[in-house]
Amino acid sequence: MADISLPKITATATAAAGPSARPLIQIESVSLYYGASQALKTISLPLAEKVVTAFIGPSGCGKSTLLRCLNRMNDLIDNVRIEGSIRIGGHDIYDRDVDVIELRKRVGMVFQKSNPFPKSIYENVAYGLRLHGLRNPAALDEAVEKSLQQSALWEEVKDRLHSSALGLSGGQQQRLCIARAIAIRPEIILMDEPASALDPIATARIEELILDLKKDFTIVIVTHNMQQAARISDQTAFFYIGELVEFGPTGRIFTNPTQKRTEDYVTGRFG
Amino acid sequence: MENYFEAGIENLRQQLLLMASHAETAVNESVEALTQRNYDLAVRVKSDDDVIDRFEIEIDELAIQLLTKAPLASNLRLVTVAMKISQNLERIGDEATKIAKRARDLSQEPALKINLDLPRMAFLALSMVKDALDSFVQRDSAAARAIIPRDKEVDALNRHIQEQITQHMMTNTDAIVRCLQWIVAAKSLERIADHAKNIAEEVVYLCDAQDIRHGQKN
Amino acid sequence: MNTLTPSQYLPETPPGRHFRAEKFDVGSFFFSGLTGLATLFILAILGVILTNIILNGWSALSWHFVSTIPKKDFFDAATTGVLPMIVGTTIRVFVMTIFVIPVGVITAIYLTEYAPNTSIITRVIRAAVNNLAGVPSIVFGLFGLGFFIHFIGKNLDTLLHHPSAVWGQPALIWAALTLAIMTLPVVIVATEESLKAIPPGLREASLALGATKLETILRIVLPQALPGILTGGILAVSRAAGEVAPILFTGVAYYMASLPSRLSDQFMDLGYHVFVLSTQSPNIDQTRPLLYATVLVLLILTLALNIVAILIRARVRKKMRALG
Repeated sequence: MADISLPKITATATAAAGPSARPLIQIESVSLYYGASQALKTISLPLAEKVVTAFIGPSGCGKSTLLRCLNRMNDLIDNVRIEGSIRIGGHDIYDRDVDVIELRKRVGMVFQKSNPFPKSIYENVAYGLRLHGLRNPAALDEAVEKSLQQSALWEEVKDRLHSSALGLSGGQQQRLCIARAIAIRPEIILMDEPASALDPIATARIEELILDLKKDFTIVIVTHNMQQAARISDQTAFFYIGELVEFGPTGRIFTNPTQKRTEDYVTGRFG
Repeated sequence: MENYFEAGIENLRQQLLLMASHAETAVNESVEALTQRNYDLAVRVKSDDDVIDRFEIEIDELAIQLLTKAPLASNLRLVTVAMKISQNLERIGDEATKIAKRARDLSQEPALKINLDLPRMAFLALSMVKDALDSFVQRDSAAARAIIPRDKEVDALNRHIQEQITQHMMTNTDAIVRCLQWIVAAKSLERIADHAKNIAEEVVYLCDAQDIRHGQKN
Repeated sequence: MNTLTPSQYLPETPPGRHFRAEKFDVGSFFFSGLTGLATLFILAILGVILTNIILNGWSALSWHFVSTIPKKDFFDAATTGVLPMIVGTTIRVFVMTIFVIPVGVITAIYLTEYAPNTSIITRVIRAAVNNLAGVPSIVFGLFGLGFFIHFIGKNLDTLLHHPSAVWGQPALIWAALTLAIMTLPVVIVATEESLKAIPPGLREASLALGATKLETILRIVLPQALPGILTGGILAVSRAAGEVAPILFTGVAYYMASLPSRLSDQFMDLGYHVFVLSTQSPNIDQTRPLLYATVLVLLILTLALNIVAILIRARVRKKMRALG
């Protein structure tokens, strides 16, 4: 089996899997400013390995902003300033010597509106692989097939790998985007409301997929759908106007939250 | 704009309270019929049991409908607790009916010459029911917790009364049928106290999210 | 219920006439009539012009006409031809394209993808591009003369130790460059529009996979923008083929005995030839068919160049639609 070996971002190995182990992602006192306005207020949060963590909260609470800090996509926005540190595998990703390209190889992202490239299905999945130097056709074929299988799309597209990705349905396109993201075997997958544009059946398939992917990847998902967070996440973080209000096991957050603001949000009294 | 879901939750609470007041009344009246040997009252209690049964069905239906809307946190606990409390209330209603039936039959027979401490046991059971329902209305988990140990006293009284009656049966064979009626009535009171304790445990779960049934301590 | 209850807010509908048009809508009819007439009017004008040209020039148009290198006497219908003009026009447009497309595309990429929106420099560049579009063609010709020929060309000759002027005089390359500068705004704008039309989600997706900005532009953005860039090219070609003023001082010649073979050669041009024929003619009636025939050839050539470019763009579009 072809193994794509990509250089690791840090020499320190991550701790053994399990929420009780040292967290894979350590967010420490992170504040973010768009110009003068503060969007994130000293957020500190440990995210465990191979676990699904959900970020919930009303619109504008900063959950997507924090998510995009994890793969430094916020670098693309002018006038953004970040304080605090985000350690992944023990290494602060905002350090001067961090190569953003390397970071994004290890931390993948799936967006709210599926955005497949206007290329063939095959080329979409192979894009990241080609980008990082994999050229051998047999290895590419194998990697593409494996990714499509892991994102539950292989059976539906195996006979039309070279047809345009834009011919797929919305749900299929989103699964393709997931396949594209996991093709380069990142350690962490960030998902920004991945199912919000999909119908209930397609949503259910994506949720099934996430539960499956949890075995191999650490997943952080932003969702405005609390039932979805309750269904698929192990840990949940509730944000409100840029602050982290409460963080804990999903079961507890949704049956017996400790903070009143969490209780009010979760029972639909606002937001 | 009205919150339809909140209105549904509030409706569920109201229905539960209505059912509770019917059950409480049934217990009060059945005990009164028994101790006052009131035939008419006993008959009325028995026929009223239908109302309590229908309440249980309606509350369960309401709860299921609310569950489809995926309630969370305190709302979720309320819905599940409501289904359990309504079941306990329905059983209380059944036990009150049993007491009423015994009261009806006994009122047609000459009174037993025995000094039973049944009024005290009835008082304890009745106050447990009342306090449990009050703690639900007030959402007072401390009051609910205080009810739990009182069940032991009711159990002890029940055993004592049974001994008394058994003694009497052995020496007054012509009173055996009436004695057995009394034993059944006492048993029903003891069950009513049990159900009141269950309701108190559900109230603790509703308020504190703690499951203290079967002696669990979180 | 058989009838619909009438709305409280709208005027009363007479019973039995639900959903049927109440009265003849004069406004709509008038407006669609007007737009139809405008279209017909434009088509009519075009038709008149073309008919005029064809009727007048058809007699002189022949295979001999388009394949002969004429003698110095342009007005002899039997011996004259426009082959060098066809070649000259085509080559200068072709060379222009080679310069204008890369420069225009790179400028557009800079403006769209790299330049910070609020910076002064960006605004200056944008203003410059817009103003460039409004400069009269003759000014470009003078610019080409002064900058390319007198400055660059002369100095190039000095550097290369040419005894006599090779680059410091009117030449194909200078004419093509002048035209390139003139059509630059067209290409820049067309490219920018097609770049802006690409949803930002695609760029984000590429960057999130670990691509650099450059890789994203080369692998995703540019291929997607190709039809738009080709459209810009088509517009540039159409404009440049018919322009005479910019080439007046920078490369066109009254008469060349042979076809242009080097970038430093001068060339003949269809548009310029029309000018020559109409101003230098001894007998206007005799010359008229030649004149119109030249115009017709220019039109056909422009059309042909356009069709080639459109076909290329259509193939690119088809390829993009079918697969990746």
